[in-house]
Amino acid sequence: MKPGVTFGGLAAIVLVLAAVAGSFAYLDMPLGALFTGAAVGEAVAFVQRFFPPDLSADFLAKVGGAALETLAISLVSTLLAAVAGALLAMPAAGRQGRAVRRVARFVLNLLRSVPELVWATLMVLAAGLGPFAGTLALALHTTGVLGRLFAEALENAPPTPAEALAGSGTPAVAAFLYGTLPLVAPQWLAYSLYRWEMNIRMAAILGFVGAGGLGGLLYYSLSLFHEAEASTVILAMLAMAIAVDGASAWLRRKA
Amino acid sequence: MSASVRDPAALPRLGWTLVALVLLWPLLRLTDFRPAALFDDGNLNAMGHFVGGFLPMETSPDFLALLGKATIETLAMATAGVAVAFVLAVPLGLAMTRSLSVSRLGPGRGGWIGQLLRALVRAVLAVLRGVPELVWALLFVRVFGLGAAAGVLALGITYGGMLGKVYGEILESTDDQPTRALLEAGSGRLAAFCYGLLPNAGQELVSYTVYRWECAVRASVVMGFVGAGGLGQLMDQSMKMLNGGEAATILATFLALVVAADAISELLRRRLA
Amino acid sequence: MNLSLEGVGLVHANGHQALRWIDLHVEAGERVALIGASGAGKTTLLRVLAAALRPSGGRLRMEGGDPWAASPAVLRQLRARIGLVHQAPPIPPRQRVVTAVLAGRLGQWPLWKSLASLVLPADAEGARRELARLDLADKLFERCDRLSGGQLQRVALARVLYQQPDLLLADEPVSAMDPALSELTVALLNEEASRRRVTLVASLHAVDLALRHFPRVVGVKDSGVLFDLPASQVTEGQLRELYAAEGGLPIAGAPASAIVDLSPLRCS
Ligand SMILES: Nc1ncnc2c1ncn2[C@@H]1O[C@H](COP(=O)(O)OP(=O)(O)O)[C@@H](O)[C@H]1O
Ligand SMILES: [Mg+2]
Repeated sequence: MKPGVTFGGLAAIVLVLAAVAGSFAYLDMPLGALFTGAAVGEAVAFVQRFFPPDLSADFLAKVGGAALETLAISLVSTLLAAVAGALLAMPAAGRQGRAVRRVARFVLNLLRSVPELVWATLMVLAAGLGPFAGTLALALHTTGVLGRLFAEALENAPPTPAEALAGSGTPAVAAFLYGTLPLVAPQWLAYSLYRWEMNIRMAAILGFVGAGGLGGLLYYSLSLFHEAEASTVILAMLAMAIAVDGASAWLRRKA
Repeated sequence: MSASVRDPAALPRLGWTLVALVLLWPLLRLTDFRPAALFDDGNLNAMGHFVGGFLPMETSPDFLALLGKATIETLAMATAGVAVAFVLAVPLGLAMTRSLSVSRLGPGRGGWIGQLLRALVRAVLAVLRGVPELVWALLFVRVFGLGAAAGVLALGITYGGMLGKVYGEILESTDDQPTRALLEAGSGRLAAFCYGLLPNAGQELVSYTVYRWECAVRASVVMGFVGAGGLGQLMDQSMKMLNGGEAATILATFLALVVAADAISELLRRRLA
Repeated sequence: MNLSLEGVGLVHANGHQALRWIDLHVEAGERVALIGASGAGKTTLLRVLAAALRPSGGRLRMEGGDPWAASPAVLRQLRARIGLVHQAPPIPPRQRVVTAVLAGRLGQWPLWKSLASLVLPADAEGARRELARLDLADKLFERCDRLSGGQLQRVALARVLYQQPDLLLADEPVSAMDPALSELTVALLNEEASRRRVTLVASLHAVDLALRHFPRVVGVKDSGVLFDLPASQVTEGQLRELYAAEGGLPIAGAPASAIVDLSPLRCS
């Protein structure tokens, strides 16, 4: 049934290989230089400075605080984004006409296309250094992502329950809450949880541009050449990532 | 009778609402949640000034040349990064795949060496992808100096971990009858993979790899914030100098790039699948 | 609520003409059964009566006025007084029975009350009372996707009973129930309409139920009214013509306890 290799497929493969070769050539990667004795020695010395990690109680408390801040940023931003995404999803699903739908989709695409870290640099300017800027940045990007997913769920939901309620004089807001929301709520929740998982990872690096969380601590330690401290922070990030991974895998298996 | 209409969900709902409210307060404190900061005179001024400078966008030939170079560098970083990731992921993904294990043939539960190896590979993959690419980049910049090389390696490592895990999962969930038959007939593992697994799983593998490339473009855009080259470096400079016109042009380029990557990825997935 | 249709026609969005020149007058407090083969236009007719579908020709009058000439606010108030039991219960699967029943009064409740009721049912006792009449009180806090088809149909009925409309419309409200339960449910609808002196129009697939419980029967065929008679004057020949294409009369079947009086089929 499947044709072997079509001409288009072959052309695509050649193009991809050419693009990869071209990329390495353009970047002029000093791959050879990487493996000279001196470079290897330098790298090993650099890695050695990270061991052993700084496990003093003082610093661990600091890392714990920053980890908690990271978690808080991810939670609050996802919550804000879920609310804003839901509000934008309704016009984006075409409930207020096609012109409004266009505008809403454009806004969502704009929010989504600007990376979190870029939003963070902008928000640091708008709200000052600190976790609040990070929260806003993550919330803005996530609103774009969730808004689009929410709108798709809305467009796919059967309209009859809400129409039946509207047919017995129910105002639009109540008809939505009783007739449509129960249909999309499980999907909306699943999308939000999935995004929260990604936002925990993201919140850990927003600190690079001064927006709070573990990233700030890492950036600061490395700038001061305190590699032992940096290695503790990286371990904390790793632990968080693995915990989130495990928790979500467990949840998915239960669901 | 009134007992029968007492809502059994009422108490749990009340409880969870209380728990949520009690938790929300410290969360808001931790994130330093104060919307008033947005309207603080100093911030409003800085932001207003910056955003006010967005128009007119910077379009001088010098700047555009710089921008063009950075854009190509970003795309090259993403492509080279995914290539490195692919090279890393293929052996790790294959090592994770149980259906390719020769020791599982026959009646036994399979050799303990194989199981240990797979657990080890799983752990390595978890560490590779557990550290965000931007952290790897931050570290590599210190070893290899500023520039795109650090970004490529960082992408290669984190995405290698992600690709390896997903490759393993895709291969695991693929029907393993053809592979078993080949292995039992004494063929080598590579041959068993090429003729047994690849025909069924190939499309999904390609599709996921291309999707990762799309993500890599987004990630490359911000690599410059830690000095690893590309558009982000340009953005970082413009932001530090509060040059709104340049920032606006770069933002527009970001958007165009992300949209283009979406389209290319869509096209590739259709062509290669 | 009284209603009248004068020369009403309806063309669906896809160009299908589902109603053709319908004349029908129903006085306040009257109880009317609609019967007819599948695809005859019963559902469409009921949706026109519910002011949910706008006629493409002719005139619809409710209490003397044309609902489609009224302002949106007035139309909404009118709809709040119309209860339509849909052929397929339009209830979100994960909703709880109590919420689904209370939704009947959303047209009358202020928004804050509707919102609060999502968290804590505003009138669980009221919902339980209506469910009890349908022998479903024990399912009050059950989720709707854990009910059988017949049970779900009764939840939809309880919603409309709870709404307490002035015009009660029902579209094959017992199609998923066994004969005994169908009998009880149709009787209940009629009892409710007589007691509250509200107008009842119900379409039924089973002819015997219609003839036994409703004073007036309207036969719908090929998008038009074939006959409109007191139940006692409907002849077997008319019924045969009504269902000519289906080959045989659809009958709910006799519940073991009730004696089915098929005399209307044989008389005159
Ligand atoms: N929404 C609709 N769009 C197009 N045609 C419809 C629609 N609803 C019903 N019809 C058609 O109108 C005719 C009458 O349908 P309906 O009123 O549902 O009949 P009944 O309820 O008597 O079975 C049928 O031929 C049906 O296919
Ligand atoms: Mg029908």
